[in-house]
Amino acid sequence: MPADIDGLSLSFWILAVVTVGAAVAVVATRNIFRAAIYLVLSFVTIAALYLTLSAEFLAAVQILIYAGAIAVLLIFGIMLTREQRAGSPSGRLSFPALGVAGLVAFALTFVILGSRWNVSQAPLPADNTVAIADALFNQFVLPFELASVLLLAAIIGAIVLVRGSKE
Amino acid sequence: MNLFYLSPELSLVGVAIVVILLDLVVPNKTILAGVSLAGLSLPLAFSVALWGTNATTFNGMLTVDQFAILFKLLIVAIAALIILASVDYAGRFLAHHGEYYALILLAASGMMLMAATTEFITIYIALELSTLSLCALVCYRRDRPSSEAALKYLLLAVLSSAVLLYGMALIYGFTGTTSLVEIARNIGRNAIVLMGMVLLVAGFGFKIAAVPFQMWVPDVYEGAPTPITAYLSVASKAAGFAVVFRVFFTAFGSLDLAFDWALVFAILAAATMTLGNVAALTQTNIKRMLGYSSIANAGYLMVGLAAASALGRSSVVFFLAGYTLANLGAFIAIIAITNHIQSDRIDDFAGMSRRTPVLAAALAFCLISLIGLPPTVGFIAKVYIFSSAVAVGLTWLVLLAVVNSVISAYYYLRVVKVMYLSEPAEGPFPSSGALKVALAVSSLGVLVVGLLPYPLMRVAEVAAAGLLP
Repeated sequence: MPADIDGLSLSFWILAVVTVGAAVAVVATRNIFRAAIYLVLSFVTIAALYLTLSAEFLAAVQILIYAGAIAVLLIFGIMLTREQRAGSPSGRLSFPALGVAGLVAFALTFVILGSRWNVSQAPLPADNTVAIADALFNQFVLPFELASVLLLAAIIGAIVLVRGSKE
Repeated sequence: MNLFYLSPELSLVGVAIVVILLDLVVPNKTILAGVSLAGLSLPLAFSVALWGTNATTFNGMLTVDQFAILFKLLIVAIAALIILASVDYAGRFLAHHGEYYALILLAASGMMLMAATTEFITIYIALELSTLSLCALVCYRRDRPSSEAALKYLLLAVLSSAVLLYGMALIYGFTGTTSLVEIARNIGRNAIVLMGMVLLVAGFGFKIAAVPFQMWVPDVYEGAPTPITAYLSVASKAAGFAVVFRVFFTAFGSLDLAFDWALVFAILAAATMTLGNVAALTQTNIKRMLGYSSIANAGYLMVGLAAASALGRSSVVFFLAGYTLANLGAFIAIIAITNHIQSDRIDDFAGMSRRTPVLAAALAFCLISLIGLPPTVGFIAKVYIFSSAVAVGLTWLVLLAVVNSVISAYYYLRVVKVMYLSEPAEGPFPSSGALKVALAVSSLGVLVVGLLPYPLMRVAEVAAAGLLP
């Protein structure tokens, strides 16, 4: 092992490989229930990635909301859908789709690796959670409040759809 | 932070909540349409009161200028006409009226915000607010075509949102800010920015129904309740163009970048209008046909965007207003006719000139405006937008657009031919008062603005001039 690889970058590479592997498995597996479990795995490893970046509040939120709430919703959704065992049907377009996705991935990787990024030199805030709260409730208060209107619209829409049609 | 600057949207959300609450206690649901209509006067009054203001608030996230206010007025007017056109339709075919009107109002508030926000996160949330509300509305009939349409709309909306967010993330990653004005200060011309711009074009392309994100349009237009199809075809497109204007002129307005995205929009314009018009030729369902026509019109609008000039901007604003009048008029006439004959097939419109002469005449007149023939607003709008493109040397694109307009005459006039020259199947029928009012407003608008275009042109110029840079 070269000397310039410390524990943090080693853990980054392990987490990165697991995250991408789990994400690929979500798409590749035929069984939709397994796909959901792989998705949860990638949520958890992304939370761990946040931890290695000293974003402990984001990591906690990621676990609570994505690995917790959304995963449970997803699995309930699968269980309540009748033809759960059938999985996703194989389409004629899967190979062309793979080609297009590969091209996009290649282009994005090329752009991201081949560019010079402006890295912020500002020091980390002493308390992450306070900094996030400040951003949410002061600087970004408009989108934050708008999100509640968005949720209202989504709730109304969902309730209308499950209440059934006109008799 | 000045809440008065947010008052049109705030009051609109308030009206939506009042409508839902009233739904619990009011037995006669037609009152809800009346309350929604009356409520729309609040955002209208606040918008008019704000006209002339030039300010930003909420840390530069919300901009109040004439461009935003003109779009707010346009969206309020569209929402009012759609509610008028829905009264009969909702009474016959839909349940849960309170939520129906509330969702129309919430979608309108999202679209008003899309025209006014100047920051990526707010833009995204405003866009999702309108998309999710519209998606629930598309599904409102709860039958198979309606559910299929909503599913397609939702899936493509999610896909395009993902593409949009990726583009925003790349731009943020390079510039370190999500504010459009700040982005313009920190931006350069490099691979990250170009990639981000391409992804943003693709993401917004869904909203304005441009190639290659146009495939949802015919199915969704066919399956959705007809008033919602009309709403999608005008309001969603207007708000989409408003947000495209904001992002591309404010954040990427510098000359070297403008050259790149103008070229992208020129190519997309050519592909979009040709595909829309050619596919519309063979349609037998009038809602599908107007779906392809809406794709074609997105192509014409992008011709003005490709001009990337002040003239191009004002011509797009004018075209949007004219297209709104003509397309809404056509849809309202179609709603009035299909409410009675219960069919969207063009062949079933046979002999409408004798069964319902006023509706047939109004529909024919609006279709003539969509072709772009005088004395309608469509003619002025097309001349305006094409001259803006010629002024910057896009002659090839304008030639293609003119050829496309000629092709479009075939499928629009076919409807007129069926209505006027085919034998009617049954006797005459009446239509409701609300629909008559809505139809009179929009088709008179097509005629009056077509004959006296200068006041609206002047307003479009003022609005477009206010936009940075």
